[in-house]
Amino acid sequence: MGVLTRNIDLFVHHFANTLKLFAVSGIASLLLGIFLAMLRVSPVPVFRGAGTLYVTVVRNTPLTLVFVFFVFAYPYLEIIKFEFFTAAVVALSLYTSAFVCEVVRSGINTVPVGQAEASRALGLTFTQMLGSIVLPQALRSVVPPMVSTFIALLKNTTVAAGFSVREAGAIRDALSELGEDTLTGMLWVAAIFVLLVMPLTYLQRVLEKRWSVAR
Amino acid sequence: MRVRTLAAVLLAGGLALTACGKEGTGTDTGAPAGVFDVAKDVKVEGSPTFEKIKARGSLVVGVKEDQPGLGYKDPTTNKYTGFDIDMAKLIAAQLGFAEDKIQFKTIQSAAREQAIINGDVDYYVGTYSITAARKEKVSFAGPYYIAGQDLLVKKDNTDIKGPDTIKSKKVCSVTGSTPAKLLRDKKLVEPDANVVELQSYSLCVTKLLDGEVDAVSTDDAILKGYAAAEPDKLKVVGQTFSTEKYGIGLPKDDKALRDKVNEILEKSLSDGKWDEIYKNTLGKSGSEGKHPTLEKY
Repeated sequence: MGVLTRNIDLFVHHFANTLKLFAVSGIASLLLGIFLAMLRVSPVPVFRGAGTLYVTVVRNTPLTLVFVFFVFAYPYLEIIKFEFFTAAVVALSLYTSAFVCEVVRSGINTVPVGQAEASRALGLTFTQMLGSIVLPQALRSVVPPMVSTFIALLKNTTVAAGFSVREAGAIRDALSELGEDTLTGMLWVAAIFVLLVMPLTYLQRVLEKRWSVAR
Repeated sequence: MRVRTLAAVLLAGGLALTACGKEGTGTDTGAPAGVFDVAKDVKVEGSPTFEKIKARGSLVVGVKEDQPGLGYKDPTTNKYTGFDIDMAKLIAAQLGFAEDKIQFKTIQSAAREQAIINGDVDYYVGTYSITAARKEKVSFAGPYYIAGQDLLVKKDNTDIKGPDTIKSKKVCSVTGSTPAKLLRDKKLVEPDANVVELQSYSLCVTKLLDGEVDAVSTDDAILKGYAAAEPDKLKVVGQTFSTEKYGIGLPKDDKALRDKVNEILEKSLSDGKWDEIYKNTLGKSGSEGKHPTLEKY
């Protein structure tokens, strides 16, 4: 307990940054992931190819390398300068969106193809068909894997500690320099992560109940 | 051109990830440097550690392997070089052991006290600050070097002259480290985001050379090590704003050995050996080396 109470400011400050990272990159990767899934099921071969290429490359790259790219290599391209926090958000969002894309796509595949054909027969465009027929049904069936993806994102934010974002992953280093017992400190970090994941699991349960469909 | 630099950096990033990043290897100490006359028939009355060394016939010295110019292990040749290494060799020679009788052992910062207590190493030389808390577990000879937090900047930089001139600059240090904390706590750098924290000093130096940060801050000895590797690109400002006394870590209560090592250090300060070692290693940075005052106890 002492480690936590003596360094409460440190814990609060660092976990606040963790949550900030999680919130911003969570929203960004959800939007980008759905967009990518739309690309992957679109009738245009070029779009499908682009979506597949993106998922293959990004999903198969270790997150740390994605970070290394945006923090150390990207600046050489001299496009837009990122602050370290922004770079972390970009890396996390691009990485997680590949997973979100696959989750959403698996949901889309659960919607019988007859529904898409029926909506086309009714004269809906591709976007209308996806937006009002397929995606609403697809998203409700992917709640559990989607929540898992976001839990993974929450924990993945700790990678940013190595790239100048002072969040939960940096607590151990700070404690070690303060001469505190790092092992106890790490246990507290783990415990707080469990606490943070609990609302997400609760959200999963609520959504599953509310959106459940009789089949 | 941009693409090529990008490829090079990606490659370097990959290497760093596999833990074989080797920035700043240019710290060769030269062939004759680091070789010292070996003393004969050395006796250290009443030192259990020395008895143990004698019986073994060789020395085990704890060092660091990731600090260019201080304690650095070349990954290709497995040879150790640097100021701390030469200091360790000098002490070994004065204790009667030639270089081929020294076995260097890399010990990480957090494991130092335990390695000395367990007897895994006979003595430890590696940016080991003398503190009251550590003195309860081990003992220290020295200090053999008095370091302090300083700033490493590009050679052509003229506007950073000391700790008061970095207010709105970007300054890099290692994640969660004491130097980074000091920069924040003393409000030397503002806002918080201007203190950049990366995994290693090598990465900070890379960012400095790329012009993405304005300075790197930690103990001047470590900074001089990097400056010594690239003296025409980097320089150490030379205005220290904290004090760290580097000592030789020894087993606690082995006063006989501690006195002997202090005697060796004292002699090296008076006969020019200390200056020779400094000149061959950290001195290449272009910064002067100041003699420490020994604190015997």
